[in-house]
Amino acid sequence: MRCVVCIKQVPSTTKVKLDPVTKTIIRDARQSVVNPFDAYAIEEAVRVKEKTNGSVSVLSMGIPATERLLRDAVARGADRALLLSDRAFAGADTLATSYTLSLGIRRLGAFDLIFCGKMAVDGDTAQIGPELAETLGIPHVTDVTEILELGEKEIKVRRATDEGYEILKVTLPALLCVVKDINMPRMPSIAGIRYSQAAPFEVLGAEALSADIARTGLDGSPTQVVHTFTPERAGECVQIDGDCKTQAVKMLGLIAAETKTAEGGN
Amino acid sequence: MAGLVIDREKCTGCGLCLKSCAVNALSVKNGSAAVSDVCVMCGVCVDVCPFNAILIEKKEAAETEAFLYKDVWVFAEQSAGTLASVSLELTGEGRRLADARRCALVAVLSGKNGQENAKVLIAAGADKVIFCPDERLAENNDEAYADYVSSLIEKYKPEAVLFGATKFGRSLAPRVAARVKTGLTADCTVLEIDPETKLLRQTRPAFGGNLMATIVCPAHRPQMATVRPGIMAAPEPDFSRCGELVEETFFARTVPAIELLEKIKTDKTMSIADAQIIVDAGRGIGNQKNLALVKEFADLIGAELGCSRPLVDMGWCEYRHQVGQTGCSVAPKLLITFGVSGAIQHLAGIARAEKIIAVNSDPEAPIFGVAHYAVVGDCVEILKEMIAALKQGGASLSKLPVPVFRK
Repeated sequence: MRCVVCIKQVPSTTKVKLDPVTKTIIRDARQSVVNPFDAYAIEEAVRVKEKTNGSVSVLSMGIPATERLLRDAVARGADRALLLSDRAFAGADTLATSYTLSLGIRRLGAFDLIFCGKMAVDGDTAQIGPELAETLGIPHVTDVTEILELGEKEIKVRRATDEGYEILKVTLPALLCVVKDINMPRMPSIAGIRYSQAAPFEVLGAEALSADIARTGLDGSPTQVVHTFTPERAGECVQIDGDCKTQAVKMLGLIAAETKTAEGGN
Repeated sequence: MAGLVIDREKCTGCGLCLKSCAVNALSVKNGSAAVSDVCVMCGVCVDVCPFNAILIEKKEAAETEAFLYKDVWVFAEQSAGTLASVSLELTGEGRRLADARRCALVAVLSGKNGQENAKVLIAAGADKVIFCPDERLAENNDEAYADYVSSLIEKYKPEAVLFGATKFGRSLAPRVAARVKTGLTADCTVLEIDPETKLLRQTRPAFGGNLMATIVCPAHRPQMATVRPGIMAAPEPDFSRCGELVEETFFARTVPAIELLEKIKTDKTMSIADAQIIVDAGRGIGNQKNLALVKEFADLIGAELGCSRPLVDMGWCEYRHQVGQTGCSVAPKLLITFGVSGAIQHLAGIARAEKIIAVNSDPEAPIFGVAHYAVVGDCVEILKEMIAALKQGGASLSKLPVPVFRK
């Protein structure tokens, strides 16, 4: 089965601190990592590849430095990588990103399954999967928790819903957005790391993709951020002092008071 | 091409923007800021600059026929004939927006109990309900619903369409937005009509709730958003309100590629996302035996159990209890943490908690930066004291509402 995995470079959140004065996020751009949810998408694609004697291509739209993360995905079992990188892609919202990714997927050739992580941890939109599937004209399933059966023309998956689960039969080609507990991602193997250094890796820009730049980047984005701000934090924090017993009694009083408000608020 | 532009006349080279940049795209060169290729144009620096020296230049979108679009729509999600609670929240919010925009509020409905649900939606503020009784729309199915909703959008041309940010809403709305080629803002928490431009201002958390962004969709229609459930209040129903019920037929355009084989309902308490009171345990509780104390305490006050990621990784807790960026984002009225230090990923998941009582032995723990009440002390001892007091049935217990009210 021919698989494609879409991944995103996100700022490493383990390094994130809030600036106490400006209340903005202090990060170190050199600490970029693959979006944590995408690690599960990579692993699931590699598992499908192993079961079906297939292939895995990894795809990303991002800055040139994303190469490191794409090669890391190859070290974890993918065969080749494609990076879509161009100034004309910067500032893209989900519609423009989906369009650009769809061009990359077409460039990779025929495919059976596309994997995306549930969402990216920086934007939190979870929109790329469904928008990309629509742009490609294929079905999508979000919140996939397990692939139950892999047929040549169709697969059976389990997806989480707000009420529980659904078992779906999906005709291929299709796009799956996978959740965290679908698998346990592996570490790169020594052979994988060696292979990843020389593996096929391509960077394509807008021209090479024959992209309509009115549909990419900021220009191709219907939505526009007009204002950003740090949400109000708790404000004053009240200290509950005393020995354990006193603290416990005070806490119980607080809990009683706060849950009364909870009751009233309903 | 679009780009970030720095006005050298206005820029003083103060460097404030450097600190605000998430991707280190800015530097100060020859006394003024400079931007490099890694800029993703998030716009944070634009707001940070005290001298208005940074702009994001964008090619003017081609003239659209935005004026042809009118009315505010809400997608009334239902399951087996029961309206999702977010559908009523959306209707209340939509009413407010429609009034501000001086237009009608339309609810899009399908599935069983159409007549009954339409009445409820009208009582909640809808002027018109578009209803389709087609069997193919009985189940929440992305393919059929994408066909249905996008064909209605093409026919009626609404100015704004709101969906609940439920699992189904967040799957369907992007599909529809990509089909009608418009913008979609995910998981909004605040919606308002700009008094001047009349655009829908959509505010949502990003970076795991550490940053709020206000987004508009100036030239494309409809303006679409998914709205986080439980944020907006459902209105008091007014059954004396009048409204119109329009029946639509459904024409499938997509050849179905997804077939529902089985539906499994699980216990609602499986999710801590909706819990009103959460007791949240972190690594600071020490060992698995102490976790039993946390559970006991949670049961005594009628709270759900949450935990930080290390507890799941160590196998002490099931994943469904995990709070944080890669776990569950919670919004309880009251959150009580024990031994949670407050890693940023964990804080991202509790940003919507109304009140936080934090217990931790380290007074410097970041959790105290977001807590309303800080208890610096030994979690285990305090837990034991509280459990003992609750079991004795002291004065505090009688004040506690047991069982605790849930939504």
